[in-house]
Amino acid sequence: MQAYLRSIDRPILVACGFVILILAAGTAYTAITQGTATFLSPAYLLQQLKVASFLGVVAAGMMLVILMGHIDLSVPWTVAASAMLATAVGGPEAIPVGLAIGALVGLFNGLGVAFLRVPSMIFTLGVNTVLRGLMVMLTGGFSPTTMATPPMQFLAKAELLGIPMAVFVWALLSVGIVFLLTRTPMGRYIYAIGNKEAAAYLSGVNTRLVILGAFTLCGLCSAMAGILLSGYSSKAYQAMGDPYLLPAIAAVVIGGTNILGGQGRYAGTVVGTILIVLLQSVLSVMQMPEAGRQIIYGLVIILMLVLYGRGGRSSA
Amino acid sequence: MTAGADTPPLVRLTGVSKHYGGVHALREVEFAARAGSIHGVLGENGAGKSTLIKIIAGVVQPSAGEMLIDDRPASFASPQAANAAGVVCVFQELSLLPDLSVADNICITRPPRRLGLIDGQAQRRRAEELLARIGCSDIDPRLPVKALPLSRRQMVEIAKALGRDPRLLILDEATSALTAADVEKVYALLHRLRREGMGILYISHRMPEIKALCDTCSVFRNGRHIDTFPSGARSDDEVVRMLIGREIHNVYPPKPVRTEPPKPVLETRGLRWGQRLADISLTVGRGEIVGLGGLDGQGQRELLLALFGVLRGVEGSVLVDGRPVRIGSPSKAKSAGIRMALIPEDRKTEGLLLPMSVGENITLAALGGMTRGGVIDRKREADSIARMVEALRIKIGSADAAVGTLSGGNQQKVAIARWLLTEARIVLLNDPTRGIDVGTKQEIYQLLHDLAAAGTSILFYSTDYDELIGCCDRVLILYGGRVIRTLEGEAITETNIVASALNLETNGQAAEAVPA
Amino acid sequence: MTTLLRMSRQGGLLIAIALFVLFYGLYSYQHPRGGSADLIVQNANETFTLALVAMAQTVPVLLGGLDLSVGPLMTMVNCLASHLLTGSGWDLAFGIVLCLCAGLLAGFINGALVVYGRIQPIIATLATGAVLIGIALFLRPTPGGAVDSDLSWAATNTLFDVADTYGWWGGDLPGWFVAIQAIPVPIILIVLVVLLVWLPFKNSVTGRGCYAIGSSEQAAFMSGVAIDRSKLAAFTLAGLFAAIAGIYLALQTGSGNADMPMAGGYTLNSIAAVVIGGTSLFGGSGGAVASIIGVMVLRAISFCFRVVPEDSIVGFLANPLLQPLFEGIILLAAVSLGAARVFTVKNRLQLFG
Repeated sequence: MQAYLRSIDRPILVACGFVILILAAGTAYTAITQGTATFLSPAYLLQQLKVASFLGVVAAGMMLVILMGHIDLSVPWTVAASAMLATAVGGPEAIPVGLAIGALVGLFNGLGVAFLRVPSMIFTLGVNTVLRGLMVMLTGGFSPTTMATPPMQFLAKAELLGIPMAVFVWALLSVGIVFLLTRTPMGRYIYAIGNKEAAAYLSGVNTRLVILGAFTLCGLCSAMAGILLSGYSSKAYQAMGDPYLLPAIAAVVIGGTNILGGQGRYAGTVVGTILIVLLQSVLSVMQMPEAGRQIIYGLVIILMLVLYGRGGRSSA
Repeated sequence: MTAGADTPPLVRLTGVSKHYGGVHALREVEFAARAGSIHGVLGENGAGKSTLIKIIAGVVQPSAGEMLIDDRPASFASPQAANAAGVVCVFQELSLLPDLSVADNICITRPPRRLGLIDGQAQRRRAEELLARIGCSDIDPRLPVKALPLSRRQMVEIAKALGRDPRLLILDEATSALTAADVEKVYALLHRLRREGMGILYISHRMPEIKALCDTCSVFRNGRHIDTFPSGARSDDEVVRMLIGREIHNVYPPKPVRTEPPKPVLETRGLRWGQRLADISLTVGRGEIVGLGGLDGQGQRELLLALFGVLRGVEGSVLVDGRPVRIGSPSKAKSAGIRMALIPEDRKTEGLLLPMSVGENITLAALGGMTRGGVIDRKREADSIARMVEALRIKIGSADAAVGTLSGGNQQKVAIARWLLTEARIVLLNDPTRGIDVGTKQEIYQLLHDLAAAGTSILFYSTDYDELIGCCDRVLILYGGRVIRTLEGEAITETNIVASALNLETNGQAAEAVPA
Repeated sequence: MTTLLRMSRQGGLLIAIALFVLFYGLYSYQHPRGGSADLIVQNANETFTLALVAMAQTVPVLLGGLDLSVGPLMTMVNCLASHLLTGSGWDLAFGIVLCLCAGLLAGFINGALVVYGRIQPIIATLATGAVLIGIALFLRPTPGGAVDSDLSWAATNTLFDVADTYGWWGGDLPGWFVAIQAIPVPIILIVLVVLLVWLPFKNSVTGRGCYAIGSSEQAAFMSGVAIDRSKLAAFTLAGLFAAIAGIYLALQTGSGNADMPMAGGYTLNSIAAVVIGGTSLFGGSGGAVASIIGVMVLRAISFCFRVVPEDSIVGFLANPLLQPLFEGIILLAAVSLGAARVFTVKNRLQLFG
């Protein structure tokens, strides 16, 4: 019991430590240079939480897929496509349409991975390109001019008790994910498939349906994130999903989920998300260009992999 | 023509033991093999033959004892080191690369080179030479290995071994996959090599083969070297007696006495699959324990997988309770109409999820039935786990312990518990007690007995014939994907099983085991 | 009989060549200048970069892995080259060598992460790809830079133009040279790369080791193949090929462009090309030459889109807005077909892990 827990919780503790470290360092920086403690102000923290909720929603879906030992590289354009189609449709159907698009994409991904047994890395990469092609075709290569509907904007920008609505959405989703993973058979099967799909299969688990379901949920989460994002900026725009792929993977991996699947706690993904968002914030305070961000994400993923991603399947 | 008795043996083992944890694979073995001799090594599963040759071939190190090559102490850290000393082994699992050509495979380790690059022409010539030497000039060295049938691949493997210039050639079950024509070629080759002075170690199950080929024979049993004798010096019956013989006698629960034949629950008619199942027709009745015996690889594993829905393209019919069924997946096999269970062969790679907890492993197959409104009923789950742990006496600190931390026996109990929870009516077991300690084995036998008494139908594959005798109402011996013999009641004896497995005729006399 | 067997082994390659002939033939037929020398030169220019990236992708694929950093690596070297490829003859040579070394180093790091870090190639290269894009962005935050115009001209035209630009033989070309002077330089370059780099590698012990590992890593181990060395070599070579691609792109476009989507597009196209060429994504068979054919097929298909007559039944294909979609669909289909083995396997347990 102890050994099992330790292997999962250690990354979470380390990540929490880094979060505190970043806050402390940032506060020290501002305290010395400006005499303020902006990093600890409620306004700043709430803003970070709101930004974190967008990433967090994506990371939640990504975690489900990574837990099974797969990955979803179609997130960028699932986010964009859902948002664009939702804003294009407009009206009360906007949000359901957006979610449906995400679910459809996820379903398609699941079919390719579970039934055709194409490696998820390759299939979702291909789907991403097809989605981009679809959006280029539909929008003539420009950003759609339709606005985000009021409900979408509400979700992203409104506040309840001083806390942004987006954070509530993230929290609600998190409760759902935790419930799925810990209290339902499907959650158990997801972990089992990530550990050893053959063993799950031989135990009579319908592994194909589980994989299908997890990818569909991931697509739904991406769509949700797209809806929130377009609500926040009041419109959908090309390539809006691109900045979320790598950070989502990083958040999941930093939180202690094994990239090969089978192990990981959702709390870790939440902490990982917050860590990434704070990192992003620090980087923008330092005025680090996009170049540096990419390098840092890549290095962080490599570092976590070297530390935690070892063993298991043979590498080839 | 054997070498003179006064030349030192090519390889000699003195006092060699090998143990893996608590399991003794070899105990204080004294063994010697000479040059210019074809030396057969006989023993049933678990006798220690493979460990013996693995030590000689450099795959494992002995735990104790010494090995001498040409009377000089030697120790091989790897198969390559053994090759350098002239010891080459043709293993049972082929070491060929399917996508590469025959020539590439034969010359994989030290190919002929020109200007630093592999010389394709010279390589092909070398392959042709070696193939000609074994009498297989018809194999085109440019073909990829995967284009060749299994029998030809085995011949390529032998050619590859010859290419390493062995002084001692070890063949482990080398003819098991060969066609009759190729077997003749191998015999001719080995006789030629013996004349040229090579030493050959030949491991086989097939008695007729050993008699035809070898000039010397060694029998192993339970990790010990029993006897070495010139070929023909012992009769078949004597040899079979040497092979079987037990140190520990397991205690088995008494078998039920039947007044009438049990109602058939599981039936197959003409089951066929690829090359491995030729025509299997069997019945398992309610409360019956039917055993599957025979040498490794005669289709037993494939039969169980076919029944459980894992194999695709299975022909023939399967009936449950007299109704024909199509089982397309384990999920279907587990379903309410059929309620089949399979306890797989390799618990570590096919059965258990090692990092997950004991509880999670136990409930995996039955989880669907433990929900309330789609949510796992925690209380019911915990109760079920506790029930299983108690019933099977699984020794754990807590049900949250990772299964990977348990001993082999306890792990197997978890694998069994998983399926007990599903309350299956038909239980398939794929060699369930392999590598398990004696105490746990007894518990499993009692469990099977209790299950059968409660009406479960059990199909039980075991490589340990003692188990088959002790537990089964009937034993089916498989050979080449067919049932060649059915033993019932009094006829389930060691002699009959071993003899049938080796495809020997016995004269029906009951033989007694020779005490060790 | 055995020749038939060997031909069927090359079956995938033959299909690819047939597809190329089909599509390129269609294109040449439709194109007003179809078959003309300058069109061929232009087509060759457009194909070279992707061909080298596909060659880069092929080597890790032979091992049974995948390299997602080939596109970013190419982009990084492209941006590096846009700084270095200026100046005198020696400066240029030095610049080229430096770019190649950058590619070798990046490839080696990939290999080291896989071998010593024990990280799956796919995820390791995903991460290093991000780092490489970041470096590319540092080198060229906005597209720009300059390359030596002579070299640029020479690299993107025919051999005659090379001789002309550099004044070989003082303008008095020998007979044998005249015979080949019309061959586009990219074709010469790729033939040189194949002859001088790829074939020697393929026929070396290390290169064959890559095939062995992809075919059966366990059997390769048992046969004494030096696994670590072959894996390191594979990724390093991939880095070299991607670097050559990056240098050429700089020469072709005259600038460096750190475009992330473009890099990702090259990566995906390289995978598709590898599949179309007949190399198995599970490793063990195929080769870089097959991948070059695969690229030629992909490019021929995209060329065809340019010459679709707008008033025909398939006129809608000419819509430039649809092209990314069609190309995406083709890519998805190609990579799916290559990887889908679900229809041939008889024991479903083999489908897992």
